[in-house]
Amino acid sequence: MNTASAQANSTSSADAATKGAISIRNVTKIYDPGGVNVLAVEDCSIEIAPGEVCMIVGPSGCGKTTLLNAIAGFHSITSGQIDLDGKMLCGPGKPLADQGADRVVVFQNGALFPWKTLADNVAYGPIVQGTMTKAEAYGKAVDMLAEAGLSGVAGKYPGEVSSGMARRAEIVRALINDPKVLLLDEPYRAMDALTKSIMHESLLEVYDRTKVTIFFITHDLEEAIFLGDRVIVMTTRPARTKKIVDVKIERPRDYRLLSSEEFRVLVEETKGAVHEEAVKAFEAGERELA
Amino acid sequence: MSDRDVATQGPSGLSLFLYKTKKSFGTPIPYLAFVGIGLWLFTYWLLNEQLKIPPFNKIPGPVEVLTEWLSQDPIWGTSLFTEDYWQNIKASCLRILIAFSLATGLGVPLGLFMGWSKKFKDYTFPVLELLRPIPILAWVPLSIVMFQSFEAPILFLATLASFFVTTLNTMLGVQSIDESYFRAAGCLGSKRRHVFIHVVLPGSLPFVFTGLQISIGVAWFSLVAAEMISGEFGLGYMINASYMVNKYVTMVMAMLTLGFVGWITSAMVRAAGSQMMQWRERALGQGGA
Repeated sequence: MNTASAQANSTSSADAATKGAISIRNVTKIYDPGGVNVLAVEDCSIEIAPGEVCMIVGPSGCGKTTLLNAIAGFHSITSGQIDLDGKMLCGPGKPLADQGADRVVVFQNGALFPWKTLADNVAYGPIVQGTMTKAEAYGKAVDMLAEAGLSGVAGKYPGEVSSGMARRAEIVRALINDPKVLLLDEPYRAMDALTKSIMHESLLEVYDRTKVTIFFITHDLEEAIFLGDRVIVMTTRPARTKKIVDVKIERPRDYRLLSSEEFRVLVEETKGAVHEEAVKAFEAGERELA
Repeated sequence: MSDRDVATQGPSGLSLFLYKTKKSFGTPIPYLAFVGIGLWLFTYWLLNEQLKIPPFNKIPGPVEVLTEWLSQDPIWGTSLFTEDYWQNIKASCLRILIAFSLATGLGVPLGLFMGWSKKFKDYTFPVLELLRPIPILAWVPLSIVMFQSFEAPILFLATLASFFVTTLNTMLGVQSIDESYFRAAGCLGSKRRHVFIHVVLPGSLPFVFTGLQISIGVAWFSLVAAEMISGEFGLGYMINASYMVNKYVTMVMAMLTLGFVGWITSAMVRAAGSQMMQWRERALGQGGA
């Protein structure tokens, strides 16, 4: 187990500076449900550096998830271009990105396969990609789960463990593929504040170890500032970047940060922008789009 | 941490079943079942053999049927101790086994593909929906014309009814799978066949087994109908043959036997389902504890 984690450390820190750069340029997405065009994202550009934790904050239904879906290859874009490490994922002539294990999504409501144990879930990626044998993948899965503090439940089904444990296992399932980018879509939305703070610390711990690029969607501003290197406040639909906040707080961070002065100042600074958009979104009263 | 480890290793499979059975005897449930059956038999006896209220006085009473059923020397010629009784049960069970296996073997794959591939569904679903509402009894003449034997029409009818139910439920099962599992499989690098094996197949199982529960009931229903119309041996045949010669006691005996055998077969389907869906059993078990 020690050797496994040492390996993981060495490979990821070596790659840390070079992989996982996302470039979103002038992306526009128009949905067309029932003949009425809805502009979900308009001329949105974001540059994310390799190994950056980029937090996207905006009111519910503003089109944040549309961006994530475009990067992951779940939905097409109407115009613009998205690159990953200089290679086009989607853009002119190719509106829909291929899905791939270099960009793994952690879903809002969790998407561990309920019919597989946590270890089988984690081992799934390397097995289907053919990068490891079943035995290797399973062994690595058990090691990585243990590293995440889930050794006692590796043989359990997702329905048997708490939502916090399940979400942590889902992040492990993503990391075993050594992805360039981790895409998180409000993964802690349904959790209570205490569980959430534990999840935050464990995500930070994972990040400090792997330095994987993180694209994290949330509507919780404090969460965004606590976790992120940069917080991008989006406008309400159509989504555009409204305000970009650099979070120059040193890592590693822990919960004590939440009561510090610099944290409070950052929240104050950003709150206005988020609130303004929330009010607009509320008044527009639009339904969320997938 | 160590005491948590102990708690994580819950029972499974047979030991879980035995544990649940043992535990259930501590609850009123099994006793209520006995009381329920007892009350039903008592009412039957009261109306039929005691008060003799029409129309109940026209059918054989419970004491009469039970006596005949358990008799070594039955008045009407059929009981637990005669060979033809078991031969009829065997004939029906064998037909159910064949028909149910055929229906499941054809219906589950077809339903999986229909749920999985939109195009395939667009081709096949209208045909299914056109044929499915035709009552199984309406197929009887056609099946007799098609197959020149006693056995084949019966199997055909039982399979057909069962097949429609299984196919439809399996298809709905695939459609019920949350989109996020397909997406998760996609971003973990799955090819289409992996999605089929690891998402479509296991994800549809709960619906598949609900369908199989219904389907085995439907198979019995159409089997008995078919046996009553054409056929040699079988419980449906036994009912009809007894009726023709006014052996009403034997007739009721065959009906109750059908009830028992049907119950056992659905219980077997349920058990197979629990066995194949441990993930569900264990998650539900936790919620219940």
